[in-house]
Amino acid sequence: MDIRLQFALLILLLPLASFVLQIFFGKRLGPRAVWISVATAFFTLFLAGSMLLSVALGAPMEYYPEAEWFSLGEFGLTVGFGLDNLALAMLVVVALISALVHLYSVEYMRGDIRYNRYFGYLGLFTFSMNGIVLAHSLIMMYMFWELVGLSSYLLIGHWFEKESAANASKKAFLVNRVGDIGMFIGIMIIWYVTGDVTFQGMYDNVNVDKANMFAGQMGLLSVAGGLIFMGAVGKSAQFPLHIWLPDAMEGPTPVSALIHAATMVAAGVYLTVRLFPVLTPDALLFVASIGAITALLGALTAMTQFDIKRVLAYSTISQLGYMIMAVGLGAQQAAFFHLSTHAMFKGLLFLCSGSVIHALHHALAHKNDHETDPQDMRNMGGLAGKMPITYATMFIGALAISGVPLFSGFLSKDAILAGTLAFAQENPAWWANLFPIAGFAAAAITAFYMFRLIFMTFHGKPADAAVHEHVHESPLVMTGPLVLLAALSFAMFFTLPQVNPLDSEGWFTQALPQAINLTGHESLDVEHLEHGWHDAHDSAVRLSLGVAGGGIALAVLFYLLKLVNMAALAGAMKRIGFYQLSFNKFYVDEIYNALIYRPFLWLTRVITWIDWTFWDQWFIDGIGRNTVRASNRSGWLDFVWLDQFLIDGIGRLTQRLGHTGRKLQGGKVQNYLVWAVAGAMLVFFISGSM
Amino acid sequence: MAALGFNLIAAMVIFTAFWVVTTSKLIHAAVALMGTLFGVAGLYVYLYADFLAATQVIIYVGGILVLIIFGVMLTHRVSGIDTLQTNMPNRPAAAVVVFLLFMGLTALLFRTPWHMADAAPVVSTVEIIGAALLTRYLLHFEVASVLLLVALLGAAYLARREDG
Amino acid sequence: MDSLQSYLFISIVLFCLGLYGVMTRRNGVAILMGVELILNAANINFVAFNRFGGMTQALPGHIFALFVIVMAAAEAAVALAIIINLYKTFSTVNVDEAHELQG
Repeated sequence: MDIRLQFALLILLLPLASFVLQIFFGKRLGPRAVWISVATAFFTLFLAGSMLLSVALGAPMEYYPEAEWFSLGEFGLTVGFGLDNLALAMLVVVALISALVHLYSVEYMRGDIRYNRYFGYLGLFTFSMNGIVLAHSLIMMYMFWELVGLSSYLLIGHWFEKESAANASKKAFLVNRVGDIGMFIGIMIIWYVTGDVTFQGMYDNVNVDKANMFAGQMGLLSVAGGLIFMGAVGKSAQFPLHIWLPDAMEGPTPVSALIHAATMVAAGVYLTVRLFPVLTPDALLFVASIGAITALLGALTAMTQFDIKRVLAYSTISQLGYMIMAVGLGAQQAAFFHLSTHAMFKGLLFLCSGSVIHALHHALAHKNDHETDPQDMRNMGGLAGKMPITYATMFIGALAISGVPLFSGFLSKDAILAGTLAFAQENPAWWANLFPIAGFAAAAITAFYMFRLIFMTFHGKPADAAVHEHVHESPLVMTGPLVLLAALSFAMFFTLPQVNPLDSEGWFTQALPQAINLTGHESLDVEHLEHGWHDAHDSAVRLSLGVAGGGIALAVLFYLLKLVNMAALAGAMKRIGFYQLSFNKFYVDEIYNALIYRPFLWLTRVITWIDWTFWDQWFIDGIGRNTVRASNRSGWLDFVWLDQFLIDGIGRLTQRLGHTGRKLQGGKVQNYLVWAVAGAMLVFFISGSM
Repeated sequence: MAALGFNLIAAMVIFTAFWVVTTSKLIHAAVALMGTLFGVAGLYVYLYADFLAATQVIIYVGGILVLIIFGVMLTHRVSGIDTLQTNMPNRPAAAVVVFLLFMGLTALLFRTPWHMADAAPVVSTVEIIGAALLTRYLLHFEVASVLLLVALLGAAYLARREDG
Repeated sequence: MDSLQSYLFISIVLFCLGLYGVMTRRNGVAILMGVELILNAANINFVAFNRFGGMTQALPGHIFALFVIVMAAAEAAVALAIIINLYKTFSTVNVDEAHELQG
């Protein structure tokens, strides 16, 4: 067996083994057994990391082992791995965050009633996520895609005794289903169009046939791309299916870091990147539009939220929108770059918020206060001195996401913004300018709300001095991952051996060569695009530095120095209606309620009325009533005439005959003799013999 | 003379037979049966069946009839007068049926063209019957003797007292 | 007296009377008497057909009649034994009163 295949199998199956162990033997093994899961996660990270290292130092990997799963006549399916540089990079991201979250959870979840099961679910999630990354075909990816949905459901609903958690897990699952149905239909269409579902086969077929076959089926391919992208919309929480992600924050915070910040929600982006070569220009434009809307909407909503995790959730939605937009604009390498860096710093931010919540929760518990929400930023403040490591690492995370030079976020965000600028330059249409505008606006808002979060949490006066007294820094197993992730949020980790903080050239971009769009569009030509990015790079750097600085400066003014009367500002914003819009998350849930649930309920009532009143009561019961009437009439006929007269008459006749005839059968042989002779005589007379 | 004798005998047979089946006294019936049997023996004489006539008298009158009278006596503790015999209530139906049968058979008798061989009557039958019984009908003769033996044993077995 | 029909007629009468007796009598012995009448009617037929059928060799009608008489004797013996048994069991010889197997 090839060593690469062995590694891939181990990476896939080790988390599954951890899941099986914790689910089936967790109770017997006790809470110390979770260290086995942690060890498994770290071993998986070691395997994935060593593979990526070999690629980064040597030749790129293109290894696609597959085996037949089943075949039905001409129709057949294969299972296999798609091991290339993209998969390896994604694998390392997943394994890294997963391992750190495992470690972090040992402390964070200590004392939980389903401690072992929690780690089992983490294993299941990691297994599924690795499956998505390693899948060599859309079908295989779809299967793990659903498994990821399941484990996400299980983890969000980990504290299912809480009704909001149970509802959130249901909501997440159902909203994801909506996207997944589209994805499945899309897979079927793409199978029909390209004749293959393995990525390599799909690329080949599209490449070979683009000249003739797709001339007529370009539209169908666009539809397929759009539908598969629906899966990504669901998983990556893109508008309009983003509503589940903020609610998913009901899950344990490490889960939010792992699933709802770094990996699962990135699966949609990963899928879109994988699919990029076969997406048509129309589909790409659709993808980019969705991404731009989401980026802006998420950022705007994040501005006014008070729940620390919700701020991060909307921030995640916004950043995912960024990535999706980048893929749609052809900058899929930048998108994946941002995915990787974002996984680090967003995982870091979530774990930091978890650390804060954990500390606050314990402080509140110390005070026997179970009413105050430990996630509400208004209950925090002034924690910087109490939790220096958390503060420092979270500050680094905020700098990274805001796009400050030296940090990884700057490089990846800059690459995306350069992509939007290049697209706007290449595309003469007026709406092409909307993409860079949305991108830069979102970047500015991101910087603003991140520092709003930092200042509200760590600076200013403590909301409750008594609680503040009891806040302590988290233990090493929690701060360790924070420090590691903070270190990885520095730009140089992605650009080695380069150290220029303004240039993203490095091992990462070299390991991930720009993919070629195969559907044949001039503006999506690789050389063309690279040229455009190169030109746009300088202006993008300048602009993004400006907007990031502006956003941070505003946050400093508003929340650190408090030079602006916040109440007056909020009032002014309320007057123009913006504040409510943002605070109520742009009423998306309410719009769904009004446009989908309510009409649906109304439709249900109408259908119920038709079904019950009209169909059941009037028609069915009417038939019933008429049948009863007819039956009564028929019953009368049947009873009086048929039964009483005819049947009973025959009966009576027979009875009378029987009474008479009984005398013939008196048991007296001599009587029988008389009748026997009479019978014989009758025969004789009739036959004429006598 | 001979015709008159035949007619007398025939009348006696019919009359006594009628008496046999109608009288309510068993002893009378037995006596009437004796008359019938004698009459039949007379008919045999007219048919040139001398041996059979003798057998009829010896076996029927001398054997069977005595047996029947024994039966009557044994089954009625008081011998004589009160051995009344009542008939079944089906008498009218039986009478009708039997009368119809009689009518039918009589009609048949007269409608049938009987073939009559013009053969001289055998004067003495004893020799011929004796030869036939021991030659041609030897098997039947033996079977009949076995039958008689079985009947004798069976009757003795059936009639003997359970306790005796 | 020299015609077959006259004998057959007597035979018919005897047979019908015997049958009537078998049908109507209740006493077992009386029924037996009816049976004897029937047997005699048959015997008259045998002998008459032998006489007017021209069968002078071996006289089959006579032989047959002889066997019937033998059989009648055996039958009478057995029947009377049965009647006596019946009487011992039921204290009656009326056949219609011995109806233990009647439904």
